[in-house]
Amino acid sequence: MSIRTVTFDAVIVGGGGAGMRASLQLAQSGFKTALISKVFPTRSHTVSAQGGITCAIASSDPNDDWRWHMYDTVKGSDYIGDQDAVEYMCSVGPEAVFELEHMGLPFSRTEEGRIYQRPFGGQSKNYGEGGQAARTCAAADRTGHALLHTLYQQNVKHNTQFYSEWLAVELVKNAQGQVCGVIALCIETGEVVFFKSKATVFATGGAGRIYASTTNALINTGDGMGMALRAGVPAQDIEMWQFHPTGIYGAGTLVTEGCRGEGGYLINKDGERFMERYAPNAKDLAGRDVVARSMMMEILDGRGCGPNGDHVLLKLDHLGEEVLHSRLPGICELSKTFAHVDPVKAPVPVVPTCHYMMGGIPANIHGQALRLSAGHDGDDQIIDGLFAVGEVACVSVHGANRLGGNSLLDLVVFGRAAGLHIEDALRQGMTQAEPSTDDIDQAMARMRRWNESDKGDSVTDLRKELQQTMQNHFGVFRKGDLMAEGVKKLADLRERIAGAHLTDKSNAFNTARIEALELDNLLEVAEATAIAAEGRTESRGAHSRYDFPDRDDENWLCHSIYDPLTKQLGKRAVNFAPKTVDTFQPKVRTY
Amino acid sequence: MKVSIYRYNPETDREPWMQDYEVDTGGKDLMVLDVLALIKDRDSSLTYRRSCREGVCGSDGMNINGKNGLACITPLSEVAPGVLEGKKPLVVRPLPGLPVIRDLAVDMTMFYNQYEKVKPYLINETPAPAIERLQTPEDRAKIDGLYECILCACCSTSCPSFWWNPEKFLGPAALLQSYRFLADSRDQATTERLGHLDDPFSLFRCRGIMNCVSVCPKGLNPTKAIGHIRSMLLERAV
Amino acid sequence: MVTSVTSLGRNGLSDWLVQRVSAYLLAIYAIGLMAYLLCNPGLEYAAWHALMTSVPMQIINTLVVFSIASHAWVGLWTVTTDYLTGTQMGSSATGIRLVVQTLLVLLILVYVLWGLVMIWGGA
Repeated sequence: MSIRTVTFDAVIVGGGGAGMRASLQLAQSGFKTALISKVFPTRSHTVSAQGGITCAIASSDPNDDWRWHMYDTVKGSDYIGDQDAVEYMCSVGPEAVFELEHMGLPFSRTEEGRIYQRPFGGQSKNYGEGGQAARTCAAADRTGHALLHTLYQQNVKHNTQFYSEWLAVELVKNAQGQVCGVIALCIETGEVVFFKSKATVFATGGAGRIYASTTNALINTGDGMGMALRAGVPAQDIEMWQFHPTGIYGAGTLVTEGCRGEGGYLINKDGERFMERYAPNAKDLAGRDVVARSMMMEILDGRGCGPNGDHVLLKLDHLGEEVLHSRLPGICELSKTFAHVDPVKAPVPVVPTCHYMMGGIPANIHGQALRLSAGHDGDDQIIDGLFAVGEVACVSVHGANRLGGNSLLDLVVFGRAAGLHIEDALRQGMTQAEPSTDDIDQAMARMRRWNESDKGDSVTDLRKELQQTMQNHFGVFRKGDLMAEGVKKLADLRERIAGAHLTDKSNAFNTARIEALELDNLLEVAEATAIAAEGRTESRGAHSRYDFPDRDDENWLCHSIYDPLTKQLGKRAVNFAPKTVDTFQPKVRTY
Repeated sequence: MKVSIYRYNPETDREPWMQDYEVDTGGKDLMVLDVLALIKDRDSSLTYRRSCREGVCGSDGMNINGKNGLACITPLSEVAPGVLEGKKPLVVRPLPGLPVIRDLAVDMTMFYNQYEKVKPYLINETPAPAIERLQTPEDRAKIDGLYECILCACCSTSCPSFWWNPEKFLGPAALLQSYRFLADSRDQATTERLGHLDDPFSLFRCRGIMNCVSVCPKGLNPTKAIGHIRSMLLERAV
Repeated sequence: MVTSVTSLGRNGLSDWLVQRVSAYLLAIYAIGLMAYLLCNPGLEYAAWHALMTSVPMQIINTLVVFSIASHAWVGLWTVTTDYLTGTQMGSSATGIRLVVQTLLVLLILVYVLWGLVMIWGGA
């Protein structure tokens, strides 16, 4: 089967913050760039980010230092964030944030006219010695929306070529293992096209939809990670899933950590501010993993709220109507809509909810995707032609637990860095890896499989089963035997998904086909998560095990590397060699 | 409850038709999007766009019992009296005035084209400082109620002037966006922007009937923004 | 920017202004006339005739005729460009619109001239 081929210097898959920051960089330099997005770019999940973008721009505190931000991030990562990458992100951050402001991002302002910064969890001054910092740059509580629309506007200005509502289906790689581009499906017409390019950038975001309860958009199905795993690219630290402390109970929609930054706090059924017990200093602004676990402990100890005692409350009314309406207008709207509660009058019911994938495609600070050379503990090897930025990438700046406000920074810093690197590489004559007809045909196999299916389970049922399995077996607290059972269930699901049935085979805007293709991706990410979670025999950051309750630096002060071909878990060293500052040595992590 | 949905598949249907479904909501005050999802679980061919499911991405604008809105933040109780109780059907159609691709998904090209025409980006030719450009909280407050637009097209597709001249009249969404930059103290292209708006169509087709205001799911007021632009034009020309 | 050669002022702002100003003028005229009639219950033809042939009133009436004409043209032009368009009636729309607009302009001109004759024609 032959398909139409279009050729570009660079193809970016994903129209969220990271993808559009990368495409902007390339469009500005005049290279032939396409951006493929399965939704119109401003509908990407970046739009839902609320609280802000953390960065030491020294507005709220003129003495703020990016090294303090770096310290917080390394500590937050439970010491498996790569220190050279964290150093890069925190030091380049201010430049990237100022660029956004120059592009027109409508940040909230201080009386001095500078960008408004609010306190967020895990932030400190002077390497943890100077108390709470306020380092998260905000546009009210709609920072992601403001950021995404600003980037889209700049891409419009610079004439980026958008392929909106096109779903990337599969990577095309040749016999040498080089990436030559992607196969993508036009959702409107059903046409399948080979996008051939020198650089293929995955900016496909997370996969929160592997869980039944998530703050993530319905589109967050891990398409990039899924494609990568099927192409034999490993996943790093994929067991590390952040559960956000404040998802609205029942609905799963997010209320920002900025609520607690502005002075809100969590209470149990006795009205007690319980975080004072778990984190005496930072209290409600401890790391997200710490707060989420504390909430679960309260609930498990019978101090949860509601008739089933299965959630806690976020108290905001003491902040007053004026603060709530000026600083947190979106939150007031959301909690009225989804919790039927006006935060001005009553506390909001919340529960830890799956939020962010810390793991992903291993990548360096230029966004180049990596695999390990022979054996699992080998050296890094760059995968020609493939790049990963944003949530799908694991650079790794977040390690085992991401700090609030660091994801938006990650997007713009590494979207930009990848753009800059590719620009440079193209100038120096980066070559196009050539695929054979067979290589392209192989990438079409999955499309064909679904199109030829004539019986089997329904996509919806399988998806729900998968999500429930992940929810029950790989949640906030994990246990060896329960996880082993989960891994078995996923193996069974893999077989049934391979034989599942796509009933609607029409071409025009066939969302049933899209959901089927997404299910394959969910499965890849879920299985990688499950095997990696079972394999990491310690508790670190967001990965918390009953059977291994302590951090084990002797064996696990490293990245986990899941190899999709063997389904084995390997290890990769964490970088402890920042270029301009001294290494932050692992310490016991308390807030 | 009974749900009546506009169906059209260009590959099999010569004309659009309404399909009725019986849905068991258990009496719960679900969002319209949840109801659509329940139907899609049974009939995977039902087509609609959705993404964030919390009213910030703007994917699922549709016409619900005659009024445009976002399915994900429209509870059954707010659709019309009697819908939640099952006494009246829930009627869902695509956004009016734009070509239908399939079922509830419309072709939004015309809408996006109008958005792009207003140069929806900050224009400031002075070299940027090493830090951010300063802006007072008062100046920043002037773009509140403007920058929050999510491009869901509920407003423009409820506007008769946009229905009649979707290529010439910019529509409320694009005009709101235009004013967002006119009102931004950092933008320097006021003259250029206004110069593109004073013909008889682009802006002046607005008759101030305020359909846009009554449907905006984010509570924004495009009519007011259009009024502000008109005042700026007047100030410049008189 | 959409160019238009058939609208009154070729410019949206001036059309808009003309429509608003003429509307105010017509409103004031109507109210004034009504008040005059109410204040003069037993009005005779002679008094009415004298009023209408006084120079100030002739000038006012002329303004009113031009106001009605321009107001009508802006409105009717809008109606034709709303409903007599390609979206509504396909490829023949432009031709139909041009013919209708020409007829309307001529009709309005006839009314204007007729009005002027009535106001300034003496007798």
